[in-house]
Amino acid sequence: MKLPGVSEFSWRDVATEARLLLIGIPVFLWTMIPIYHMFLFAISPKEDAFSGKLWPDHPTLHNFEIVFKQQHYFLRDFYIQFWNSTVIAVSVGVLTLVIATGAAFSISRLKVPGGRAVMNLALFTYFIPAAFLAVPMYRTMGNYGLLNNHWSLILAMVTIASPYAIWVLKQASDKLPVELDEAAVMDGATTLQIFRLVYVPLMMPSLVAIGTYAVLLAWNEYLYAFLLLSNDREITLPVALGNFLAADDSPWELLMTTGFIYALPPAAIYYAFRRYMVGGLTAGAVKS
Amino acid sequence: MAITLSGDQALPGPPLSSRLTPAQVWGIILLAPYLLVFLAFVVYPVCYGLWLARAPANYVALYNDPIFARAAVNTLIFLVIGINIKMLIALFLSGFFAVQRPWIKWLSVIFILPWAVPSIPTILSVRFMFNPEWGMVNHFIFSLTGEDGPNWLNDPTVALTMAIGVHIWKSLPFWTLILITGRLAISHDLFEAAEVDGASWWQKFRYITWPSMQTLYITCTLLSMIWTLGDFNSVYLLTGGGPADLTHVLATLGIRYLRLDQLSLAMASIVCAMPFVLPLVYFMMKRLSR
Repeated sequence: MKLPGVSEFSWRDVATEARLLLIGIPVFLWTMIPIYHMFLFAISPKEDAFSGKLWPDHPTLHNFEIVFKQQHYFLRDFYIQFWNSTVIAVSVGVLTLVIATGAAFSISRLKVPGGRAVMNLALFTYFIPAAFLAVPMYRTMGNYGLLNNHWSLILAMVTIASPYAIWVLKQASDKLPVELDEAAVMDGATTLQIFRLVYVPLMMPSLVAIGTYAVLLAWNEYLYAFLLLSNDREITLPVALGNFLAADDSPWELLMTTGFIYALPPAAIYYAFRRYMVGGLTAGAVKS
Repeated sequence: MAITLSGDQALPGPPLSSRLTPAQVWGIILLAPYLLVFLAFVVYPVCYGLWLARAPANYVALYNDPIFARAAVNTLIFLVIGINIKMLIALFLSGFFAVQRPWIKWLSVIFILPWAVPSIPTILSVRFMFNPEWGMVNHFIFSLTGEDGPNWLNDPTVALTMAIGVHIWKSLPFWTLILITGRLAISHDLFEAAEVDGASWWQKFRYITWPSMQTLYITCTLLSMIWTLGDFNSVYLLTGGGPADLTHVLATLGIRYLRLDQLSLAMASIVCAMPFVLPLVYFMMKRLSR
């Protein structure tokens, strides 16, 4: 134990610190190298990027200019694809929140008969590995006539985000005291008023976490987007990035620049809501 | 679900609406949207898919396809070796990140990045890094030794190992985060008492940390295995299943058949993965219901 303000030098502490650094430095490098490599390509002219330098001789924002002005064959629909990604992510966030909040309220507060069974069945969705559900889902969307329609991707992502959302929201709402509902009923509140005026405001932190989770899930999704959408003006950004690979002479520096722009919003959103996310999403993990 | 539920209710006595309180009616209305989504996009696709895969000819075709056998083996390697290595690292790092230091706190904020950013740009970044002619790794090897580096992604063993590496890179932060939460839930008094008794680092781990975390750890490993079975991105974006379709896993193979318009084969290959999935799900259910 050290007293505050008194610094005791001891070899033991130095050894401990050195050992921690011996773990910390590789962890840092392992985490950052692929991300740094992407960033490096984004700010390098083509010659520098392909010559394996750790820092370009002439760092430039020219690649960003090309992307933002859509001056390359692969980038001709950049803005519309960015917009598609945004619309789909936001719709998934909103729809998941609406569906999951209703379900969690119904299961946890109204104790609807069979509610728990529904939740367990919902969680069963996660026992079907993602790529395995994707194959029949593709065919199903075809049967529903939704292929190449944004709704197919939105509904697929809502299906995947909802069970976890319901589970987390149910855990959170189980912690709200029953007396709240009873008091509201005494005051003559209807079920809908309790939902709107008591439940939703109290659940706000969890709702923010779940909304963010669903938005990020949809924004980052590649497999379903790649299967369900194919028209150049309907696809989302990740699918467009994947299509770069089809060409032999892919402009890698532009691919990395676009990828960097695409990766920025989720990283920013994650860090902005980190406080909610970590607490809200891992709360159930150590229940047992 | 909804059908059996209302069926049970309707059998005895008066009609449904008069036996339910208004709150329960609202409960059913609020639960209905999710039930519809579940029926339309989980139950129906799964049943439909199983129905498509019913013909025995599909399984004969799969059996005769050498790519399938290879993909099944690759999947096993991915799960048994890849996931266990990942979870052991996560367990180790959860101890590292539990140490109270300002710089470790900062590092933990950075460490989460691979999980927070989308996988496609970062996996493509790794892919180019290992490009034999232009990639940074081989430039580095050349400047160090004067020799040309290996053609990394052209060797199936190396390529599969790297796909596992990419998978670990992407999902390690998530599992570490979960295990940190588990570790922080252990009462600190136990460690202090052990400290007083002069317990070694290993003894503290063996007799305090592991007993309180083993349930969580095993649950996480099983869950991660189930989810990794569906990991399409790590293999598809890094190797595309190549060279010569030798690095496919069942997830990419199913999608490959789908792209070739052989839907029933795609479904059959998934049905063949059921022997992997069902035991995992069974153990998971047993653990969770306890």
